[in-house]
Amino acid sequence: MKPAEFAYVRPASVAEACAVLASNPDARVVAGGQTLVPMLAMRLARPSILVDILRLPELAGIAEEPGTLVIGATTRQVEAERSSLVASRLPLLAAALPWVGHPPTRNRGTVGGSLANADPSAEIPLVAVALEAEIVTEDEGGRFAMPADDFFIGPMLTAAPEAGLLTQVRFPVWSEPCVGVGFHEVSARRSDFAFVSAAAQVALDPDGRCTRIALGIGGVGDRPVRLDVAGLVGTRVEGDRVAQAVEAAAAVLEPTSDLHASAAYRRRVAILLGARAIGDAVADAQEKGAGR
Amino acid sequence: MKVALLVNGAVREVDVEPRKTLLDTLREDLSLTGAHAGCEHGVCGACTVLVDGAPVRSCLMFAVQADGLDITTIEGLASAPGELSVLQDSFCETHGLQCGFCTPGMILASHALLEANPAPTRADIAEAISGNICRCTGYGQIVEAVELAAERLRLANAPRAAAGGRP
Amino acid sequence: MSAEAARFRFVSANRRVREDRRFVAGHGRYVADIALEGMLHVAILGAQHPAARILSIDPSAALAMPGVHYVLTGEELAGATDQLMNGLDTPNVRRFPLALGQTRYAGEWVAAVVADTRALAEDACEKVKVSYERLPYLTQAEEALDPSSPPVHPAHGSNVLLDKQFVWGEVDRHFAESPRQLSFRVTWGRNSTVPIETFGVVASWDPWSEMLDVWASIQMPKYPDQIARALRIPANNVRVHHDVDVGGSYGVKRGIKHTVLAAHLARRLGRPVRLLEDRLENMRGGDAHGPERIFDVDVAFDDAGIVRSMKMRALDNAGAYAGRAPFQLGKPIGAIVGPYKIESVAYRAQSVTTNKAVQEAVRGFGQSPTNYAIETALDKVGLACGLDRIEVRRRNFIRKEEFPYLIPSGTRYDSGDYHTVVDKVLAHVDYPALVAERDRLRAEGMLAGIGIAACLEPSGGNSAFEPLLNEKNETTTWMESVRINVDGTGCVAVTIHTTSSGQGHETLAATVVAEVLEIDPDLIRIVRPDSLACLPSNTPVGSRMAIMMGGACFHAAQKLKAKLLRIGAHRLGLAPEAARYQGGSVGAVSGGQALDWAALVNIAHRNFHLLPPDTEPGLESTHVMQVPTGTSLPKDGRVQMYPCHSFEFHLVLVALDPVLGKPEIRRYVIGHDCGTVINPHIVKGMTLGGIAHGLGAALLEEFVYDEEGQMLTQSFMDYLLPSSHEMPKVEIVHHCTPSPFTVFGQKGSGESGYLGAPAAISGALNDAVAEFGISFDKLPIRISAISDAVAAARVRSSEETTS
Repeated sequence: MKPAEFAYVRPASVAEACAVLASNPDARVVAGGQTLVPMLAMRLARPSILVDILRLPELAGIAEEPGTLVIGATTRQVEAERSSLVASRLPLLAAALPWVGHPPTRNRGTVGGSLANADPSAEIPLVAVALEAEIVTEDEGGRFAMPADDFFIGPMLTAAPEAGLLTQVRFPVWSEPCVGVGFHEVSARRSDFAFVSAAAQVALDPDGRCTRIALGIGGVGDRPVRLDVAGLVGTRVEGDRVAQAVEAAAAVLEPTSDLHASAAYRRRVAILLGARAIGDAVADAQEKGAGR
Repeated sequence: MKVALLVNGAVREVDVEPRKTLLDTLREDLSLTGAHAGCEHGVCGACTVLVDGAPVRSCLMFAVQADGLDITTIEGLASAPGELSVLQDSFCETHGLQCGFCTPGMILASHALLEANPAPTRADIAEAISGNICRCTGYGQIVEAVELAAERLRLANAPRAAAGGRP
Repeated sequence: MSAEAARFRFVSANRRVREDRRFVAGHGRYVADIALEGMLHVAILGAQHPAARILSIDPSAALAMPGVHYVLTGEELAGATDQLMNGLDTPNVRRFPLALGQTRYAGEWVAAVVADTRALAEDACEKVKVSYERLPYLTQAEEALDPSSPPVHPAHGSNVLLDKQFVWGEVDRHFAESPRQLSFRVTWGRNSTVPIETFGVVASWDPWSEMLDVWASIQMPKYPDQIARALRIPANNVRVHHDVDVGGSYGVKRGIKHTVLAAHLARRLGRPVRLLEDRLENMRGGDAHGPERIFDVDVAFDDAGIVRSMKMRALDNAGAYAGRAPFQLGKPIGAIVGPYKIESVAYRAQSVTTNKAVQEAVRGFGQSPTNYAIETALDKVGLACGLDRIEVRRRNFIRKEEFPYLIPSGTRYDSGDYHTVVDKVLAHVDYPALVAERDRLRAEGMLAGIGIAACLEPSGGNSAFEPLLNEKNETTTWMESVRINVDGTGCVAVTIHTTSSGQGHETLAATVVAEVLEIDPDLIRIVRPDSLACLPSNTPVGSRMAIMMGGACFHAAQKLKAKLLRIGAHRLGLAPEAARYQGGSVGAVSGGQALDWAALVNIAHRNFHLLPPDTEPGLESTHVMQVPTGTSLPKDGRVQMYPCHSFEFHLVLVALDPVLGKPEIRRYVIGHDCGTVINPHIVKGMTLGGIAHGLGAALLEEFVYDEEGQMLTQSFMDYLLPSSHEMPKVEIVHHCTPSPFTVFGQKGSGESGYLGAPAAISGALNDAVAEFGISFDKLPIRISAISDAVAAARVRSSEETTS
């Protein structure tokens, strides 16, 4: 299991990286390498040149802009996991990150790498889709931003430019005073890719009524999906109504079967975990409301 | 490509193909064979080393990517030949191993945990070593080893007054 | 235990395991750490198709690459070597390291490429052009029984390797007389021990001394002999180095095909050659899968739940070549009734070839699957009789006073006290509280179940299953040897004659020799000579080393002690019976003057004139130990299999969400009785590790082939090994029933935990879903399958309610 030969460059800037990518059609970008390197080792990927962007200063870091938290592509997953900004502004991402791989893979793996890899069961893409994040890419033609939902096309397939790279992800920060989150996932082992994952974020008004809700489901189809549960807005989000709303919304899911889980399982569990994630989000929001 | 690695405190220069993993470079070019190849696709953790103090899989990293980085291998954990760190000694005390193949990775992952968290719970330990597969022990005596090391290190670091009148 | 421990100085003491120091420092010496001057590297080209005729192999493009030295094909290798050994008398099931003319499973080795580096060898592998003509194939064992199924080995005539019917006792009469009977089928999925170190071998040939040097991660009886036979060279031209640490094995590290291939290349090229499997090669073509077995079981019992007779048919899917796989149907015959007093048994052992990878010996050698079938039977009998599942076991257990106990298939169990072990476990867990906890979980809407397994670990392995299943094989010994040498300065070195893969044999040998000689174990050096300097060994298989190596150490040390006593008595002018040995010194029984260790050593090494008549100078002793009970060939299909029988009793509480289906082990307790424990740390580790391995077999691990005959679980992303998250904290309850057949009363423990964990976890899940009238009859039990089955049962029951 040794990779096929490739050349290696570590460009000094995003522009230089884009230039290398533009002149080498089968170049691949590497950052943390936690998914790409196994593919290289098994020779399922065989680029002629690896463009290492991990040390580009302009791509690292977490910054707050009005209404938005911007995470640079090469921000390590462990840095995001430990970030107080993420914890306070993006609690859903904070809840999801401990489910990403293992501690050693999070030490190397990057936020942008997970997005660019587009595994349908990966947690960071799920949160990006659920929260309607914006994904920013760059190539020699310039910068492009697109909604996460448009970015993910299928398994390991994105709308990123052929000769470009993902530079940042922009998560909208909910400004409501009372926001709660819930995250659930099931897999054969705790650290495996999810058979099903569910991410929910809820905002409540002082009376405990839902003013905004987001729900994403991962692992079920060929990409993470945002479910439309807007019918719960204006309600107290409790009782059977939640499960019914999720079940109705889940009609759009197109679950797949594989060695580890049947399609029927994925649908059934998506509904269960979707409802549980919402339930947890509501409880979390109520707790935060009570603490204020 | 020429690469300079800071391995166990010393600068080591190697000339490697870009496709050579850090694992193979440590083992073949630097004769540091304590890190092991178990799966070479990032699942088993037998190749774990510390990069800038954090455990990573050396099979998922090319040596060229490690240029200039601070790398600690199992060989760098003890103070001198024949000596063992408190954690290594604790693995001996509880027999937290059998065949020894996963052990260097297991110890480095645990070492990083104890650096960050002097009083880990059982769940903390399980999480810290969850990326390191052991086929021999069922993990029980490994968890005991880390608990024992944490306790020993806490006692060793405690101010005398706090040691509770121990001899 | 404490009473036992008091009898000994070092045996049973909580002493450190001496091997651990080098491993925690990263200074183990594994085969991958061995780099010889000028060494070349091998990569393997595996077959794409489950069955195909090899029309041609064109290596030219590969050979044209710089750094590439050689491309070896099956034709050349088969011409230069003899076929690999079969366990059974199946001469037409021919196996060579590289496919000869035809491939028989996807991943089978077709060619080997040798290059300056492994990466280059892999590059060149991609350039070797093989053209195939696809052939019909099969993957299912039951299909293989059909005479019209595509034969994996046409020359053999069918896909049946073994079909042997045993009847021990009056099975028909007992069935006819029994008021109740039940039948069921359970299936054990194909899994293996999957060590974290793959198999590796380094071979080097010196044409001037005509010597083949081999370093390998090997755990295999008679390895040097097999290498020599295959290569058609005298066995004293083969030198296997035993100072290689093996990175886990649990049975499977038997890379004879790897070794023959590497050795042939080393001779052919005149350079040292290294073949290290990578993980993909290991999983797909390393020939190290374990049993894949269908059990059809009928039991005859009465209203009180007493099982009188059992019929078991075991159909095993051996894969593409025979190897020793069929023997894994034979070994369980020595514990075919488990810990129960079943009066008669009919057992049909069937082994068939299919187009899947080859099996190798796996921890327990077929016993864990068999225990799973037996324990499922006991659960079902309990359910049928409305009896508590522990009570039904108690009623059927052999009683303490009935040992040694002869089971129908001819094996005499040494000792046991099953009722007491169960009582101790139940007291430890507070069984009524455990049941209450299960019921509380159920009341909360969870599924919850308690699983039980009571089973045996036959230990002290010999190979009595060989003559039992192959009449041409008359093996009746499976010896193990030890040599002790005390040098002229009084230092002690003990030689052991095998590699180890984590079992702590150095600690074992030092402990036992020190116990007998009453000296400090830490001052004893353990040496592993190469195979040419070795005494006979059968390596650590069959849970045997505590018994066999421990026994050999004991007897060798006794011989040495006797010599010291003779020397001392002679020097002191005492009759031997008037002298006594104590703590390394010899003196008069009545007290007074004594000769210490240094004085005795000095006489032996320097003062021939002071030695008793007819005494060899020096201080050295050897012992070649025969398996305690293994002395005769099988008769009428009956045989004494292993000498000792450890007992384990598992009690597990599992809880799961009915929709998620993911089992969570809330409590895991095991009662364990392996007689006298020599090193408690080692036995504990074996037991916990065995449970983890069993948890994998029950819930996670399987080599899955699709309908195209391709393996789907080649990487660790799909073949799932238990991690620290999945393993619960396990509580061990000890008991000690010494074996009357061993020197300290010890029994084996190398397979402990694994032998009952799959049965116990399966039983717990079946208890959890019993309310739906369903059960799981195939391992591993995947979480999706649990959820799907519960969902289907709920639909059925709601339909019944509404209709």
